[in-house]
Amino acid sequence: MKSTAVKEALIEVQDLTKVYGEGPAAVEALKGVSLTIYKGEFVAIMGPSGSGKSTFMHLLGCLDHPTSGSYLLSGQEVSGLSRDQLAMVRGRQIGFVFQSFNLLSRTSALENVELPMLYAGVARAARDERAQSILEKVGLAERMGHRPNELSGGQQQRVAIARALANDAPLLMADEPTGNLDSASSVEIMTLFQHLNQDNGITVIVVTHADDIAAWCSRIVTFRDGLIVDDRASKTRKARA
Amino acid sequence: MSFMVLVRTAWRALLRNISRSLLTMLGIIIGVGAVIASVAIGAGAQAVVLKQIESLGANLIVISPGSVTSGGVSLGSGARTSLRLDDVSAFVANVPEVAAAAPYSQTSAQVVAGGANWFTVIGGTTPAWLTVGNWSIAQGSFFTPDDVSRVTKVAVLGSTVAANLFPAGGAVGSTIIVKSVPFRVLGVLTAKGQTGFGRDQDDVVIVPITTHQERLTGQTWINTILVSASSSDTVAGVIDAGERLLRLVHHLSPIDPDDFTIRNIANVQAVRMATADTQAFLLAAVAIVSLVVGGIGIMNIMLVSVTERTREIGLRMAVGARGRDILLQFLIEALSMACAGGVIGVGMGIGVSFLVSTLAGWPTVITGASIVMGFASAALTGVVFGFYPARRAAALDPIDALRYE
Repeated sequence: MKSTAVKEALIEVQDLTKVYGEGPAAVEALKGVSLTIYKGEFVAIMGPSGSGKSTFMHLLGCLDHPTSGSYLLSGQEVSGLSRDQLAMVRGRQIGFVFQSFNLLSRTSALENVELPMLYAGVARAARDERAQSILEKVGLAERMGHRPNELSGGQQQRVAIARALANDAPLLMADEPTGNLDSASSVEIMTLFQHLNQDNGITVIVVTHADDIAAWCSRIVTFRDGLIVDDRASKTRKARA
Repeated sequence: MSFMVLVRTAWRALLRNISRSLLTMLGIIIGVGAVIASVAIGAGAQAVVLKQIESLGANLIVISPGSVTSGGVSLGSGARTSLRLDDVSAFVANVPEVAAAAPYSQTSAQVVAGGANWFTVIGGTTPAWLTVGNWSIAQGSFFTPDDVSRVTKVAVLGSTVAANLFPAGGAVGSTIIVKSVPFRVLGVLTAKGQTGFGRDQDDVVIVPITTHQERLTGQTWINTILVSASSSDTVAGVIDAGERLLRLVHHLSPIDPDDFTIRNIANVQAVRMATADTQAFLLAAVAIVSLVVGGIGIMNIMLVSVTERTREIGLRMAVGARGRDILLQFLIEALSMACAGGVIGVGMGIGVSFLVSTLAGWPTVITGASIVMGFASAALTGVVFGFYPARRAAALDPIDALRYE
C-alpha cells in the first residue's frame, strides 16, 4: 500500500519514544518509531510481548502521552494535549475494541452502544436511533435489550464493535479482538472488520500475535524491542467472505 | 453528559447493590432521624412552656409586699401590708411603658348558689386584670371601673366554679352568696386550664377589689400588684422605674430596704429558653457526630466501589469520558446515597416523634426547618465525604484502569 502516497494520511507518527520510570530504572518501551497509516487501511500490528506493540497501541489510541516525538491524527498534533483534550479526541475519533469486550454488566446491549454518545452529548432520541441502527448493522437487531451475560462471546464482541462505531469515528483500534473467542466467532468478527473497512471506509488497526488473524489485514507491521522491524503488505490476504 | 443521565446512572449503580447501599446509608439515616425526633421533642416541650408562660400573662411583672424581719426572724415575703390601691394608680400614671396594672388580693371561701356550694378562691381586682392576666370573657361581661368605685356586689366566675355551681348553665344574672354577702353574677371567664404547676386557674371567683376589701376581708392593703409591660423589651425598664416609684410613694429613706419584691415572669422564661438552647446545642453535637460517622461509611463504600469498578472507569474514559464526568458520576452516587438516607431519616424521625407523642404522651412539634436542616446536612455529608473517592476515580490512568483485574 506504500504506492498509494496520494492517499490522505490518518496517522503520522515521527520518532515516537516512550520511557517508563526514571533514572537507572527507566525502561525504554519505544525507541523512536515513525509510521504513516492512510485512511482506509486495514493494519495488523504484531510482535512478541515486550516488543512495544501495546505501548504503541496506547499512544495511537490517545490513552497515553509519548515521552518525545510527534503524532498527527487527522492532521492534528495530539502528543501535547491535556488529559481532557485526549478524552475528547478518543470520544470523537477513535473506537476501541478490547480482548475482554469490556461491556458494562447488567446493562443492555443498546445502552452499552449509547455510552460513547452520552459523553459526546448526543440527545436521547438521536442516541436511541443511532444505537439501534448500528446494532442492526452488526447483526444484533434481535438482541438489543439483552445484557452481556445473556449473549455469546461473539455477540458480546459485536456489541463492543457497535459501541466503537457509535460516534462515527474514522479509526477503529482492536487489541487482540479474537483472543477470547473460538475460531468460528473469530472468523465472524474479522469478517465484520473487513466489511467495515471495505464498505464503510473505516481505518482498522488490529493488534494480534496470531498469524491467521493478521492474514485478514492488508498491511502487517511487526515490532521487536521497541522498534518496527518489518512493515509489508500482506501476501496471504484472505479473500472476501 | 447530562445531569439526568448522571443521576440515572448513579441510581442504577446503587440499586445494583441495594443491601450494601442501605447499610451504608444507615449512619445517615440514624443521624438525620435522631435530629428530627429530638428537635421535635424539644420543640414540643418548649411550646408547652411558652403556652404556660403566655397564659400567666404576657410580659408580666408581679409586685408583692416585702418581707418583715422581726428580731432577726424573717417572716417571709408577703408578710407586710405595705401595698395599697394608690400604688397601682401611681404605677399607671408615672411609668409610661406600663400597658396595664391591676391589684390582686385573694381569700378563700365557701360559695353558695341555690342548692349548690363550692369552696374556692375569691380574687379582688380591677378591670385591668383582664389585660394583665390575659383573660377573656366567655359569657356575660366583666365589671367596670364604676363597679370598683361604687363597691358594687358583683362577681365574675371562673369556668370551673360556674360548672360546679350551675351545672345546667344560666350562671349570668344569678346570685351567689359569699360569706353571707350576695353577689350578682355578671359573667363567666373563658377557661385557661392548669398552670405549669398543676393549679386550676379557672377555680376562681373575681369581684371588685373594693368590695373584696370592704365586704369580704376587711383588709386595707392588697396582696399583690400585677403589672404588664408594653413589650418584652420594656420589662427591665418597668422594673427599674417601678422600684424607684414605690420607694418614693412609700417614703423610704435611702438606707431603708425595699418593702416590696418585684418578680418577673420573663426571667423564668429566659431560664427555660436557655435550657432549651443548651439541649439544642447538645443535640446538634450528637447529630454532627453521627453524620460524620455516616459520612465515613459512605466514603468507605465509595472507595470500595471505585476499586471494584476500575475497569468500568477505564472503559468510560476510553470512550470519551473526561475527568470531571467520572468525578461527577461518583460524586452524584455518594450524594444520592446521602440524600436517600436523608429522606429515610426524615421519615424515621417523624415516625419516632409520632410514636413518642402517642405512646409516651410527650408533645412533639415537627418543624419544617428541622426537616430542611436534616436533609441539607445529609446532602452536605454526601458531597464532603464523596469527594475524595470521586477524585480518586477521576484521577485514574485509563490504561491502568483498563488493565485492572
